[in-house]
Amino acid sequence: MSELIRLSAAEQSELLQSRQISSVELTQAHLDRIAETDGDLGAFLHVSDTVLTIADEVDAARAGGVELSPLAGVPVAVKDVLCTLDMPSTAGSKILEGWVPPYDATPVELLRAARLPILGKTNMDEFAMGSSTEHSAYGITRNSWDRTRIPGGSGGGSASAVGAFQASLALGSDTGGSIRQPAAFTGTVGVKPTYGGVSRYGAIALASSLDQIGPVARTVLDAGLLHDIIGGYDRHDSTSITDPWPSFADAARRGARGESLKGLRVGVVKDLDQPGFQPGVTARFHETLEMLAAEGAEIVDVSAPNFEYAVAAYYLILTAEASSNLAKFDSVRFGLRVTPSGTPTVEDVMSATREQGFGAEAKRRIILGTYALSAGYYDAYYGSAQKVRTLIQRDFAAAFAQVDVLVSPTAPTTAWKLGEKLDDPLAMWLSDITTIPVNMAGIPGISIPIGLAEEDNLPVGLQIMAPAREDARLYEVGAAIEALLDAKRGSTFSALTPAYTGGSN
Amino acid sequence: MSDITEDTVRHLANLARIALTPDEVTTLTSELAAIVDAVAKVTEVATPEVPATSHPIPMENVWRDDVVSDELTVEQALTGAPDHDGSRFRVTAILGEEA
Repeated sequence: MSELIRLSAAEQSELLQSRQISSVELTQAHLDRIAETDGDLGAFLHVSDTVLTIADEVDAARAGGVELSPLAGVPVAVKDVLCTLDMPSTAGSKILEGWVPPYDATPVELLRAARLPILGKTNMDEFAMGSSTEHSAYGITRNSWDRTRIPGGSGGGSASAVGAFQASLALGSDTGGSIRQPAAFTGTVGVKPTYGGVSRYGAIALASSLDQIGPVARTVLDAGLLHDIIGGYDRHDSTSITDPWPSFADAARRGARGESLKGLRVGVVKDLDQPGFQPGVTARFHETLEMLAAEGAEIVDVSAPNFEYAVAAYYLILTAEASSNLAKFDSVRFGLRVTPSGTPTVEDVMSATREQGFGAEAKRRIILGTYALSAGYYDAYYGSAQKVRTLIQRDFAAAFAQVDVLVSPTAPTTAWKLGEKLDDPLAMWLSDITTIPVNMAGIPGISIPIGLAEEDNLPVGLQIMAPAREDARLYEVGAAIEALLDAKRGSTFSALTPAYTGGSN
Repeated sequence: MSDITEDTVRHLANLARIALTPDEVTTLTSELAAIVDAVAKVTEVATPEVPATSHPIPMENVWRDDVVSDELTVEQALTGAPDHDGSRFRVTAILGEEA
C-alpha cells in the first residue's frame, strides 16, 4: 500500500501543489488500493474508467501554470445517490440498474469544475433506506475495522472507502444520519450541512424535507475543504439557501490552532446520553466532555423532551415523502421494465416492475408511507408527525438559547455484526435516535472520531450540532477537539486503523 | 392496537402499484401492525395548538424567470427509456379490455 493514500487530502493537495507528486500517481495509488481491497470490502458499485485521463489533464493544467482550486487533482468517491453523466447512477436499487443519467448532479458538477478526479460510485442502502448498507441490491459493504461488521448506513460505501484509504474524500447524503452514523462506525468524519446548504439537484430523492448532501473525509479540515467546493446557492434547487457561506476550511484551521474551546458553552443533550447506550460509547463520550471542561469549555446539561418522539415522527414523514418520491419509478421514462405475460395494461407493467425492482425495505417504507398519507389517517399520522417536528425545533431553539453547540454520541453503539438487525426493522430504525433530530430541524451536524470502545475496539463518534446556518461552528469546534485528541494520542485517529488487505482479518 | 389486516396491505400495495406476493402480504401485515403501533406515539404530543412544520428552513415564493432553460434534447430524454419510438416513450395499453 502506497503511503500517499494514508495522507489527508490537505497533505495530498500540498504535495500536488508543490509538484512533488502528480495527480496521476495519486489517483493510480487509490485505484491500486481499490483493486487490492474492494473485492472484499464492497465499497464501490462502479469504478471510473476515465479517472486517470482527468488526473492527467489536471497535471497538464498545473504544469501549464493554470490557477487551480486547492483540492484539484485529489481523487474523490461519490455516493451512488448522485447523478453522474459518465457513470451509472442506481441509488443501490435494481430498478435503476445500469441507468446513466442525462445530467450531472450539481455537487458532482462542482467537483468536476474544481477538477477533482472522480474514482467511482459508492454502495448504499437502496434509495438510502437503511442504517447498515445491507439493503443495497448489489451486495453488502464491509467495515475495514472488522470485516464481519457493517459500516453503517445508508452511506456505508463512502464511509468504508474513506476509512480503508480507497479515497481520502467522498460525498454522502444524510436524511436521518446516513453520513454521520457511518462516519462514527468507520472512524471517519462526516458532515450533514444545514438544510439548503448544498444543492440536491441531481440527488435521487428519498425524503425531500430531510435530505442533505455532505462531505465524508478522514479529518475535519478535509471535510471543510470539500464542503467549500460543493456548498452554496444553486438556482436548480428551490430549497437552496441564498446567503453567502464562510470558508469551512478556514473555520477548521482556526479551530485547530486552539483557543476555540475556552469559554465555549457546550450543551449535553441528556435525552441522547442514555443508560441503554453501549458502555464503551458512553465512556469515550464522557471522557471527551471532561477534556472539553479542562480546556475551559462550560458544560451545560440541556433537555430536549420531545426527542423521544423524533424517531416515530421521522419514520412517518420519511415514508410519506418517500412513497411520493419513488412514484416516478414507473417503468415508463427510465429504469427497469417488467412486462407480465398476456396483454398487460400499463398499470400491470408498473406493478410488476415495482414488485421486482424494489427490495424489501423499500417496499416496507412505501407501503407505510402510503398508509400514513391515506384518507382518514393523514391527520393522525402525517399531520401529527409534522407537529412533532415543530416541537423538536422548539427543543433545539431552547437549547441553543443557552449554549453555542450541542453534543451527543453519534450513535448509541459501535458497528454491529452483519445480519444482526436485518430481520428486525424497528430495531434498525431505533439505532438512528441520536442523528434523526438534526434532520427534523434542518440544523447542521458533524461526527468526529473520539476513540475506541473498550468492549470491541471499534470507533466511537462524537456528534456536534449547531444552529441552522452555523455550519462553520461545527468545523471550528470539531477541529479543536480533533487537534486535542491527536496531540494526546500522538497520531491522527486514522493512524489507528488496523491493517486491512481485503482478506480475512 | 392498529387495524392493519391483509386486506389493508393489499389495498395499499394496489395504491402504490406494487404487485406483492401473498408471502409478502403476510409478512408486511405483521410488520406494519408493529410499526404503526410504535409510530402512533406521535399523537400523544401533537395537540391542536401546536402548528405543523412541513419544511425545516421556511422559504416563500421561490420563483424563477419564466424562461425555458436547461432543457434536455429528445434523444437525451429517451436514453434511459425502457421502450420508445424515437420521439415518444412507448407503453402497453392504458386501459384494460374490461374497461
